[in-house]
Amino acid sequence: MYVKDRLRRSMMFVPGNNPGMIRDAHIYGADSIMFDLEDSVAYSEKDSARFLVYNALKTLHFGTKETVVRINDLGSGLGIKDLEAVVRAGVQVVRLPKTDSAQDVIDCEREIERIEREAGIPVGSTGMMAAIESANGVLNAAEIAKASKRLIGVALGAEDYVTDLKTTRSDGIELLFARSMILNAARAAGIAALDTVYSDVNNEEGFVAEATLIKKLGFDGKSVINPRQIEPLHKVFMPAEKDLAKARAIMEAIAEANARGSGVASLKGKMIDKPVVTRAKRLLDLYEAGSKISEVEDD
Amino acid sequence: MTDISKIPHIDEIFNHGEYHGSEEKKRATFVERSASQNKIVPSLEDAIIKSGLKDGMTISFHHHFRNGDHVVNMVVDKLAEMGFKNLTLAASSLASIHSHLIEHIKNGVITHIETSGMRGELAEQVSRGLIDCPVVFRSHGGRASAILTGELHIDVAFLGAPSCDPYGNANGYSRDDDNGIACGSLGYARPDATFADTVIVITNHLVSYPNAPWAIQEYEVDYVVLTDDIGDPKGIMSGATRYTKDPKELLIAKTAANVIEAAGYLYDGFSMQMGSGGASLATARFLRKKMIDQGIHCRFALGGITGQIAAMHEEGLIDRILDVQSFDLDAALSLKNNHFHHQIGAIYYASHLSAAAVDQLDFVVLSALEIDTDFNINVLTGSDGVIRGAIGGHPDTAEGASLSVVVAPLTRGRIPTIVKHVNTIVTPGSVVDVVVTDRGIAVNPNRPDVKEKLVKAGLPVFTIEQLRERAEHLVGVPDPIKYKDRIVGVVMYRDNTIIDVIRQIDED
Repeated sequence: MYVKDRLRRSMMFVPGNNPGMIRDAHIYGADSIMFDLEDSVAYSEKDSARFLVYNALKTLHFGTKETVVRINDLGSGLGIKDLEAVVRAGVQVVRLPKTDSAQDVIDCEREIERIEREAGIPVGSTGMMAAIESANGVLNAAEIAKASKRLIGVALGAEDYVTDLKTTRSDGIELLFARSMILNAARAAGIAALDTVYSDVNNEEGFVAEATLIKKLGFDGKSVINPRQIEPLHKVFMPAEKDLAKARAIMEAIAEANARGSGVASLKGKMIDKPVVTRAKRLLDLYEAGSKISEVEDD
Repeated sequence: MTDISKIPHIDEIFNHGEYHGSEEKKRATFVERSASQNKIVPSLEDAIIKSGLKDGMTISFHHHFRNGDHVVNMVVDKLAEMGFKNLTLAASSLASIHSHLIEHIKNGVITHIETSGMRGELAEQVSRGLIDCPVVFRSHGGRASAILTGELHIDVAFLGAPSCDPYGNANGYSRDDDNGIACGSLGYARPDATFADTVIVITNHLVSYPNAPWAIQEYEVDYVVLTDDIGDPKGIMSGATRYTKDPKELLIAKTAANVIEAAGYLYDGFSMQMGSGGASLATARFLRKKMIDQGIHCRFALGGITGQIAAMHEEGLIDRILDVQSFDLDAALSLKNNHFHHQIGAIYYASHLSAAAVDQLDFVVLSALEIDTDFNINVLTGSDGVIRGAIGGHPDTAEGASLSVVVAPLTRGRIPTIVKHVNTIVTPGSVVDVVVTDRGIAVNPNRPDVKEKLVKAGLPVFTIEQLRERAEHLVGVPDPIKYKDRIVGVVMYRDNTIIDVIRQIDED
């Protein structure tokens, strides 16, 4: 069963045909683990990868990590086989690649619902997220984000997108429109906005600059392709001390108001509005997640 | 002249008789003298003849040339050619390149081996019963002690040296440039040089007297042999040991650094040793950051030394380095250039009979092939029961340090690292304090003080049984290895008591 609203600073790509990486994926502290059946798996390996991911989901413990599987697109004929396997295995979220329209989401959801019924899984257990990777997709982002109540978020897939735009990835200016569209679409639908990968693993400085930019824009998090990117990413999302102090003061004022039985809380003479409380709580959650001394947890 | 017999108490004063005049006054320059009167012999064969080596005696070697060593094979080939039989070969360790010894075991030149470790084809064949007399495996400290007490008596030591002068002052790096062969410290050759009856230094790089500073001093050396080839620089050491990029090793290293800090052993003036292996070496990187953040420094780093430790010395984070073995060229270069990067011998390093440097350690970070639920460690035999490792200083440092941290992945491929019983006990669980894996930490029940601190710091502490269950959940329980009754190896603890034996594997 998926959780709609949760911490998603980092979503780590794991090739679905690599048993060692699948086994160890959850120990590095990523908030979500995304097993890939699509682009990182060669055509000749598609069946074995699907089998491997199915068994991993059935057998291994992933602790509090969110499990996501990127399936092949339904038009390829492989996507439906992927869904048959991973929905039955109880994956939390299916990531739909190359989403161009709301209809793509609706088509996928229909298949998921059918499989859930056939497998005797409560209908609605499986979450979805849509990756937008084309100019069309970006223009349709608002409709895509609202196309299913199973959607937990929308993500940008930049490599295909820049090709479609007839440009290449550079300092990020080429992605500004897409990022802004996707972010606004996500917020309008009340779901998460997730940024694309940064593929130069050895350039930590460039990675941190990009992570800082997308955090400023308002993204919830970012895909990562190597465990080494997780810690610097989480550091970017770590709240500053003065913001934390303010958030703590807000939560204390709320607790105090509740203790008094009053519905109105105030801090330094100012009434505390609901969005302020929401932001404060989100900040403290981020801090708590970021301050864990070690990411190893109980199975 | 007074009648000597009339000097009171003359019998208590050692009496060499009366002065009869000195030898003829020397006139040659020192350079002329070094050319004509020195310890250089024309060939290895001459040195062997002069050494008085006989069948049944013990010869020794150091392992500072690692897998680039050409000395052991060259010497044993020569001994075989000269018709020697029934020799004991006592090396400080052996590597894959020494598979050459197999033929000399088969032809009876070598009938017994003592070493710290063994790898490759020789190890495979020993595990299959190549040699009648069991191989004796000692730790570096144990070997030093055995040489010190005479339990391991060396008749002739053959010590390769990257530089040596005509009188035998030898060192582990080239004297005139940085392009020659270098192995850095010659720490494991020093007990041999001191205690062997005859010492032959074999060098490819003869320099003029005095080859100072030196690792081996001339009065311990009997003969010097000059040869073209003592080893392959590429196999001896590479430029710098890079920090691992393996995310799992980094995760383990980071956790190990957190364990050391939480346990209270990272304080201003602490002492440390990092064992070989990706995760243990990488622990230094995480400690370095903590040291800079907290403004603390390390009094001394011990052991096998890498370029990273040397760099921390050069940036002022480590006061002194005690180097028994240099792991890379950067470390060797630091030994040559830095006054407080100090070379030590194996006795000083780890002998339990002396106040050894290991006894001054706050903590050591060590690797393991297998760990059992009694915290016993195996670093010697693989999951197939075949010898494929070395004891090194494992038990010496684990016992010597106040906190011994063993790092290992919970599983390797389909093999669990934490098991009910290790194949071979090398280091007993009683001296192992903390085990750090990629999926949790276990603290030895005899260290409740450490456990309490780690739990308080929020570190993921489990019981060792829980870690074993996790490993088994992932990869299952392998079938037990089948052994024959025949013993092919004897494993000594650092005090040279027998802690375990290695049996011949059963492939029938």
